[in-house]
Amino acid sequence: MSQKNRLDDGLIDRSETFSFRFDSQYYKGHKGDTLASALLANGVRLMGRSFKYHRPRGVMTAGSEEPNALVELRDGARKEPNTRATTAELFDGLRAESQNRWPSLAFDAMEVNDLLSSFFAAGFYYKTFMWPAAFWEKIYEPIIRRAAGLGSLSTRDHPDEYDKGFLHCDLLIIGGGPAGLAAALTAGESGARVILADEDFLIGGRLNLESHALGGMSGPAWAAEMGARLGAMPNVRVMPRTTVMGAFDHGVYGAVERVSDHLKVPEDGKPRQILWRITSKRAILCAGATERPIVFENNDRPGIMQASAIRAYANRWAVTPARQVAIFTNNDDGHRTASDLVAKGVDDVSVIDTRTDAPSSSDYNVIAGGVIDQTWGRLGLTQIEVKMPRGGIRRIKCGALGVSGGWNPNVHLTCHQRGRPVWNDAIAGFVPGEALPMGMTVAGAANGVFSTHGALKTGADAAKGVLSDLGLTAKTLPLPETEDAPARVTPFWHVKTAKRAWVDQQNDVTAKDIKLAHQENFRSVEHLKRYTTLGMATDQGKTSNIAGLAIMAEVAGTSIPEVGTTMFRPPYTPTAMGVFAGRARGTETRPTRLTPSHRWAEEQGAVFTEAGLWLRAQWFPKPGETHWRESCDREVLQTRKSVGICDVTSLGKIDVQGSDAAAFLNLVYCNGFAKLPVGKVRYGLMLREDGIVMDDGTAARLAEDHFIVTTTTGNALGVYRHMEFVRQCLCPDMDVQLISTTEAWAQFAVAGPKSRALLHKIVDDEFDLSNAAFPFMACAETTICGGLRARLFRISFSGELAYEIAVPTRYGDALIRRLMDAGKEFDVVPYGLEALNVMRIEKGHATANELNGTTTALNLGMGRMVSKKKDSIGSILSERPGLTEADALKLVGLKPVDPENPVPAGAHLMTKDAKATASNDQGYVTSACYSPNLGHHIALGFLKAGDARLGEVIGLVSPLTGINHDVEVVSPHFLDPKGERLRA
Amino acid sequence: MIITHPILGPRDSSEFVYLGDATLLDRPDWQADDALHQFTRYQHSRDNPAGLHRELWFHEQGDRSWLVVTRDTVTHEIMQVEFASDMARKERS
Repeated sequence: MSQKNRLDDGLIDRSETFSFRFDSQYYKGHKGDTLASALLANGVRLMGRSFKYHRPRGVMTAGSEEPNALVELRDGARKEPNTRATTAELFDGLRAESQNRWPSLAFDAMEVNDLLSSFFAAGFYYKTFMWPAAFWEKIYEPIIRRAAGLGSLSTRDHPDEYDKGFLHCDLLIIGGGPAGLAAALTAGESGARVILADEDFLIGGRLNLESHALGGMSGPAWAAEMGARLGAMPNVRVMPRTTVMGAFDHGVYGAVERVSDHLKVPEDGKPRQILWRITSKRAILCAGATERPIVFENNDRPGIMQASAIRAYANRWAVTPARQVAIFTNNDDGHRTASDLVAKGVDDVSVIDTRTDAPSSSDYNVIAGGVIDQTWGRLGLTQIEVKMPRGGIRRIKCGALGVSGGWNPNVHLTCHQRGRPVWNDAIAGFVPGEALPMGMTVAGAANGVFSTHGALKTGADAAKGVLSDLGLTAKTLPLPETEDAPARVTPFWHVKTAKRAWVDQQNDVTAKDIKLAHQENFRSVEHLKRYTTLGMATDQGKTSNIAGLAIMAEVAGTSIPEVGTTMFRPPYTPTAMGVFAGRARGTETRPTRLTPSHRWAEEQGAVFTEAGLWLRAQWFPKPGETHWRESCDREVLQTRKSVGICDVTSLGKIDVQGSDAAAFLNLVYCNGFAKLPVGKVRYGLMLREDGIVMDDGTAARLAEDHFIVTTTTGNALGVYRHMEFVRQCLCPDMDVQLISTTEAWAQFAVAGPKSRALLHKIVDDEFDLSNAAFPFMACAETTICGGLRARLFRISFSGELAYEIAVPTRYGDALIRRLMDAGKEFDVVPYGLEALNVMRIEKGHATANELNGTTTALNLGMGRMVSKKKDSIGSILSERPGLTEADALKLVGLKPVDPENPVPAGAHLMTKDAKATASNDQGYVTSACYSPNLGHHIALGFLKAGDARLGEVIGLVSPLTGINHDVEVVSPHFLDPKGERLRA
Repeated sequence: MIITHPILGPRDSSEFVYLGDATLLDRPDWQADDALHQFTRYQHSRDNPAGLHRELWFHEQGDRSWLVVTRDTVTHEIMQVEFASDMARKERS
């Protein structure tokens, strides 16, 4: 198809022709086109269907405020719904599909909604789909979602990368139009570090869309020259395709740079988009203004647009939506479109001006004091009906109608810190209020200064103000001569009609809906918005809000400023979720930490599980084993019978040094550490200040002034943070230093009756491993394998004779291989987290399941460990009423009366035969497993006064799984209660 | 937000972990007659001012120092940043 509506000149590169597809049709366009301009060039006005009534809609704007022309851009995994055709840069091979229509854009079966529109007025959903409540989720919502909607997601993984970055500057300038360019030049030439960001791919803002000359140059030429000048300054960063979408605290701005959106696929190694966090000392908002429509009957036909958009398409993209064009305006600016069109060779132009004193022209026909009464054309405008000033109707044939109701400053970012705009009568619009985000000033059209000269001047002046704040000397640059026309506007919001006149085209809100909302007492502007959906969705009412407020004010008999505005919030324009996620996708959302034996464990075919950030071996399946329990049971039995090895590197390690190290630990742990001899390890229980248990672990005293503290895997970071808090904030004068050494040491548990024999083959001969020389709870620094420094701890989580051996991390892989090799003669077995868990439950040792943030030392049966002879964190509040009642929960063991029954974690405990109600609740099960040593399931749990109820048979209920049977309360130490094994 | 660390200069707040009211520096005497009452107040009673607030931040992804940050809770403006250890010593003396 030919580009039948293409005009001469424009800022497109005709030497590059791109082929693209919209729905099933192929078209041609040029480099520099947007999807919207290329479609218009090809005579396509129908671009979408409306949200609710499926009315045919065309493009209304030439910028990011577009409500109608939303398409699904690209296909496959890269498909992006709700993309504005007005901002999508054309590239060769572009694919776009229209949305919200079936079976085709021109024939949409759901258009029947439009005929039924009297049923779908404001509040329709709320009134119709009220009852029964259960129907909402299953029946109503899916139907509504299918019928009313926007584009659809690809539901596939996005193949492109999104990135995040940080930028810092003295001055951020938001918008690269005349005000922004003047500000950037002034600040840049004066030596400030400047970032100039503009959402467009061409710097220049409206200079590229207008026909004004600047000092003898065309607007676009001047903008290009200034853009190049700025680009050459080392202290200025010009960022096109970058939308500053939010103003945050302390001069921080969020900006999205669309690095590759204009390409079919991103260049190798380049992200699709970057979310920049820009920290600025000062910012100047030069975001321009948006033209607002006038509301009249059937004002939504394809071909009816902002007057300024028609001019933009003609001047920048050399496109006219039609050869016969009418303009409907209430201000002088509308006439510019007419004269620009005539200059471009579109000479069948009529202007209908609501003002009786409208300027006349010899180039085009002017109807002063007329209004538009009706329009015609189902899939595109064909004719308008004008109500003449002295009565009567005139029909005008036209394929496009430009509407100009005046301009609204783009104040959005000034409101992101709860600032409220104020009404300005001269422009009949809202301008930024007093309370701006910290460090922000506003210049140009965004501040209600609409002339090009005014924009240049206020931009340069704003920069000068900023420069003196920053202590820099501002240079005064000559400004080019350019137009300085006053904004002459006579407010005119809507042509009254009994039928439907569209205020918000994206949400299908009519003037009638606003009146209805008022009638039904939704009078606050915030209620109006939510009841009618005016100003919602992707365009956030950029073109519709003011008309809505004006009509509301009219029905309420008040003024627009009295009606007020809704709050603008970030983001300024729709922002892809992908850019917020950045690289934090899938396994990249957080680091994955691997233990030193990970590679070795992989070679053994280990199954891994997440523990905190770590991946730890869960079990090590042997050939023929089909169920994890088989592997786990074997690992447990073999460890208890001979020897097993487990990587325990992930447990937190904190090195504590200094002459006050013991006194410090005395404060941090509830039990005493002052008298722990050198060469000994002690179990330590750490409380929060509120008396609840924070964590447990061991502290080994390697020297008078040197301890090694261990923490649970999950709490390693939190405990370190807490210990630093105690050190710096509570005892700043103690001589003690802390450092986390978790990743500095590879540590393995070697457990089982043969563990000593195995270690004997590893530890260097000078070191005496005998029970007498190195008893239970001993620790030492030693050497292994002929001189490698190592630390040895005789501690046991499994309940067996056991050691933990630590070497510098880089030797971890070698050590596990050496240990396994040396252990062959004992049939050594590696064991994973499942076996570790079984053995600790058999032994009655607590883990995070028991230290669950609600339990105290008393609950855990360690109440007497809380020393009353010294100060320690949490000791005072551990005695507060409510934590020390006689029937407090106590840790107990549980075994099923019928040995076949499981005892699932999470189940609740009741007095035997009591009804399973919350008021009868006596406690709960925290940890459970099958004990291969005992041949039945066992569990740990908390039971009211449990320590005094050993032997009692109680009820166990799990309503979720339907379990309800009896268990016996026993000691939590199922195995070797006297601890003979670990002392062997 | 940018927190100007006394030694390391301006740092992004994402490097820090927030704890809360800096009155936590003023831990009661465990041997006081009304220690339980004092500790209960220390642990649970906090002012919640709209305006200046002294609060504890931990430079976890930095030098691991605890800082007392004076911040306006209305504007998030940060007025002062001090080492918590210096403040704790001052409280003690």
